[in-house]
Amino acid sequence: MLSPARAWREYPQRYRLEASRCTECGKISYPPRVVCPGCRGRQFETVTLSREGTVVTFTVVHVPPAGFEGQAPLILALVELKEGARTMVQLADVPDPSQVRIGMPVRLEFRKIAEEGEAGTIFYGHKAVPA
Amino acid sequence: MRDVAIIGVGMIPWGELWEDSLRTIWTRAAVAALEDAGVDTVDLITVGCMSSGLFVGQEHLASMVADQLGMPGVPASRVESACASGSLALRHAFAEVAAGLVDIALVTGVEKMTDVDGGAATYTLGTAADQEYESFHGITFPGLYAMMARVHMAHYGTTSRQMAAVSMKNHANGLLNPNAQYHLKVSIDDVLSSTPVAEPLHLLDCSPITDGAAALVIAPIDRARDLAGRRPVVRIAGSGMATDTIALADREDLSRLRAVELSAERAYAMAGKKPSDIHVAEVHDCFTIAEIMTTEALGFFGPGEGGPAAEKGWTALDGRIPVNPSGGLKSKGHPVGATGVAQVCEIVNQLRGEAGQRQVKDARVGLTQNMGGSGGSSIVHILEVV
Repeated sequence: MLSPARAWREYPQRYRLEASRCTECGKISYPPRVVCPGCRGRQFETVTLSREGTVVTFTVVHVPPAGFEGQAPLILALVELKEGARTMVQLADVPDPSQVRIGMPVRLEFRKIAEEGEAGTIFYGHKAVPA
Repeated sequence: MRDVAIIGVGMIPWGELWEDSLRTIWTRAAVAALEDAGVDTVDLITVGCMSSGLFVGQEHLASMVADQLGMPGVPASRVESACASGSLALRHAFAEVAAGLVDIALVTGVEKMTDVDGGAATYTLGTAADQEYESFHGITFPGLYAMMARVHMAHYGTTSRQMAAVSMKNHANGLLNPNAQYHLKVSIDDVLSSTPVAEPLHLLDCSPITDGAAALVIAPIDRARDLAGRRPVVRIAGSGMATDTIALADREDLSRLRAVELSAERAYAMAGKKPSDIHVAEVHDCFTIAEIMTTEALGFFGPGEGGPAAEKGWTALDGRIPVNPSGGLKSKGHPVGATGVAQVCEIVNQLRGEAGQRQVKDARVGLTQNMGGSGGSSIVHILEVV
């Protein structure tokens, strides 16, 4: 899990879905980068990603990592948002995992991701839900 | 650049080695390689290890291993490229010997994974993914490969049965390898009915948690000829490495392993070889889908043909291109930092004609492919008898 400072510094991208758009080639990087992977440009403007996207691929994790024991089985999906940026998220509110499909439309919602015991940090971020 | 040969290999039995520590397994493999080579001093030690810090709380392995071998004073370095750390240890030592900086180098890999529980081991392996934007959400390594498998299946019609055939074949080979972690006969139905880990991957699609170490001794080819006696001299003909994005989110095509393709192109170019020149290969089957995708990326089969090839037995010991005669990561075990070194040990044994019951007939050119993370790095070596 992440230390408080490490979680805190990611708030803009994790909580508000802020990404960087390269002013040279227009490529959107999420999370924001210092060098554009498209053209190696270094000038960016901040954009906020839409919450609409589709499932690129997915899996149902039956053996979860430390910190997610109570949540298994977890559906994890790679979601491509309208702007073209992709993000790894959990897929929530799906009663039957066998109904998940590549290409399925989803929407990102602000959710709790994990917590560190009874007294530690609670980590928030986004999960996808069926659109 | 000088020609470089492998003059010694050292393997120990792998498994859940509860009676042994990282330092003891490393040292036993190193001693085995030095004895096989017939040398008692080295000019350089490299050690590939993914995460001794998280697995046993020990960093600064370079100092520790030289010390354990009774060789304090010898230059040593620990290198890391997740599960490809072992091959990186060879590549860096190869460069130093080829450049003439040193003559004899001891190349090693080690991982002691069972001193932590399964959850912590899964977490530690997950650090080879993008920690803040993949692992944060609860994805695991089987999960990342499951996501690639899903795309490969959608794109090419690859089936769970074809993936299971990889597991069956590698376990059959592992039965012939005394150093393998598992000596199990596994059928396709066994794989398909095993516990789901990350759909569509089952438990028997996944390589295990393993304690293990492996070692090599390399030297300039003239020294190798002096020391070889009647044994064949095995030259490092090509070494290629490439990286790819660490996160799957940043890859355009998840049905391909671009780092494997690039590392192979570079190794083939350096060696002056093509895929059809390879007689035997050890590839990174951390999951069954990985063997299918790497055999395509290495050019043994066309895109989408890796699954059918596995099912038809083309990669079996007596197939067109025997893949993972050692049992692969699946059966031999996958102590991550040691895997790349052990792959080279197997190919050297094959090229020397010393692979026992799993000997591939007339093997004179062999290849190893070792992958880091979910394909974020890959290293290919091509070896040949000269």
